[in-house]
Amino acid sequence: MVETRARKFMRSLLAALAGLLMSAHLLAAPPQDSLAQRVIACTACHGQEGRAAPDGYHPRIAGKPSLYLFNQLVNFREGRRRYGPMVYLVDHLSDDYLREIAEHFAAIDLPYPAPAPARDAPALLSLGEMLALKGDESRKLPARAACHGRTLTGVAPAIPGLLGLPRDYLKGQLGAWANGQRRAHAPDCMADIARALTPQDVSAVAAWISSRPVPVPAKAADTLPAPLPQECGSVPR
Amino acid sequence: MLGRWLLFLVVLLGGLAAGVAWLNVAGEAPVAAGATPANGTPEQVARGEYLVRVGNCMTCHTARGGTPWAGGRGIATPFGTVYAGNLTPDPDTGLGRWSADHFWRAMHHGRSADGRLLYPAFPYPDMSRVTREDSDAIYFYLRTLPPVRQAATPHALDFPYGTQAALAVWRALFFRPGGFEPDASRSAEWNRGAYLVRGLGHCAACHGGRNPFGATPERGMSLDGGLIPMRNWYAPALTAPEQAGVADWEADHVVALLRDGTSPRGSALGPMADVVYRSLQHLREDDLRAIAVFLKSLPQQRSAASSRKAPDPAQLEAGAGLYETHCADCHGKNGEGARSATGATMVPPLAGNRTVTMEPPANLIRVIVHGGFLPATRGNPRPFGMPPYGLVLTDAEIAALASFMRTSWGHAAGEVRPQEVARFRGGTGE
Repeated sequence: MVETRARKFMRSLLAALAGLLMSAHLLAAPPQDSLAQRVIACTACHGQEGRAAPDGYHPRIAGKPSLYLFNQLVNFREGRRRYGPMVYLVDHLSDDYLREIAEHFAAIDLPYPAPAPARDAPALLSLGEMLALKGDESRKLPARAACHGRTLTGVAPAIPGLLGLPRDYLKGQLGAWANGQRRAHAPDCMADIARALTPQDVSAVAAWISSRPVPVPAKAADTLPAPLPQECGSVPR
Repeated sequence: MLGRWLLFLVVLLGGLAAGVAWLNVAGEAPVAAGATPANGTPEQVARGEYLVRVGNCMTCHTARGGTPWAGGRGIATPFGTVYAGNLTPDPDTGLGRWSADHFWRAMHHGRSADGRLLYPAFPYPDMSRVTREDSDAIYFYLRTLPPVRQAATPHALDFPYGTQAALAVWRALFFRPGGFEPDASRSAEWNRGAYLVRGLGHCAACHGGRNPFGATPERGMSLDGGLIPMRNWYAPALTAPEQAGVADWEADHVVALLRDGTSPRGSALGPMADVVYRSLQHLREDDLRAIAVFLKSLPQQRSAASSRKAPDPAQLEAGAGLYETHCADCHGKNGEGARSATGATMVPPLAGNRTVTMEPPANLIRVIVHGGFLPATRGNPRPFGMPPYGLVLTDAEIAALASFMRTSWGHAAGEVRPQEVARFRGGTGE
């Protein structure tokens, strides 16, 4: 529950309702003996086929790299990420099944909706763009693009894309990483980066990234442009 | 005159203290001064490895995401949080200096190697029925673990529960070291099942309920059901046909529920799903069958008819509408559920489902609020999941929905009030 805040909570209520209604209508009765039927517990909040709910919080999972999704499911189960509803759902599911669920959502290729137009000050957006594309060597902040792919759509199999994520979710995750509420396999490169960001940096990066259109196709790159600038425990070497 | 009363009071208190002290050491053989750590044979180690699965020991003795067996998991109780200890053979922070005698004393008498009394969050009222041979096997298995240096997290108990004196009084009232007495009039299989259920399996820790002092009734012999403190799940009575009694089930179905988490007669939810996932699915078939034979033999007592009011028509109508919108696509218009082409349960039926009609309605409310998956097991490796509705429906809506289900399809279990939803929806996850 740590990742929610009161404001988001109300919005997620509405969005989850929308998601549920959608899934209820689109899932033709009778229930099918399929993986899509098995995982309706996921799509209730993450939107039909995992395309993200319009609540500005529950993120898209469709088309994310499969190892990234698998790592997150395991992180919830093993306490490195804390969000009550997720922990409860995955608590007694096996690695094999979680991997299959991750691969199911990773294989879904759906177009992204257009981003919400940015209403922020140009100075904030250009700070966000600078941090995202170039980083800040003086503060040991690598460019986002160095890890999350040239087009910020991720790198298979473990690094997620950033484009298309809601601003509140991005801010929430960077905050959770900075204060230790979200963790990844050690060495936790994202925790180091999040701790080096000021609150203004976080706002700027979240504003800029969430305002960018997602390129077509939005698939993650197959390889990194260069070796990772720092070691990350979630990424196989 | 006052002096005589004072003397009487002092003698009385002294006598009580002596009684408590005596009850805390009665029957306890002192650990021999020369008792030292020792290692077992490969057979003993293998037996111990199996037995710790039966006892589900690792689940509490491992923090979420932490090093297995190194302790640190907090067990929330109404009296505060008790942290499980490090069972790896680290000499300073684990069991490295313990002998098999020390380990037996902890299992059988609830006393640590340093002489301190242990908190009954470690279910030693049940473990006390484990044989010396099995206790030794578990000890020898734990000796083979890689030692992990991880100091115990101090318990966070409210006053006075954190004191050894309070614990001694509790033990004097509610704990006697036991042993398992086989019933000669029953089969070896029945006795094996009773030993597993009442001993290592510590089923009574949840299914026995708890009194206001946190003790299991009848020294852990009751299996009459109870609300699990803090977690707010209801562990149904194994002695009531309208709860979790299995007297009229086929033994195969009981085995399937314990091993796979699902069966033609019902499935494992909440904490029981966890027990199936971490413990029961790893048991040998003969042990599962023995448990089934024992559970089927428990005398069944139907509870008194529900005294709940029937829901009022407005609540019922609201509930019917919510059911149609959120539930009917999967669970069916008449609560019939859905089966796959091979006859396996995909979506459980709600009509005739004991979780729907059970008193109290805690589990029905919690399933609606939290959704969830059955445990992933060899027999059911890809379970179906239900979405959580707690983010979507208000307490009043969940109450209406539950009331509708409890009074439809031949059910007559009465209304659920929104205050009950508020009471039962929350709870600690651990």
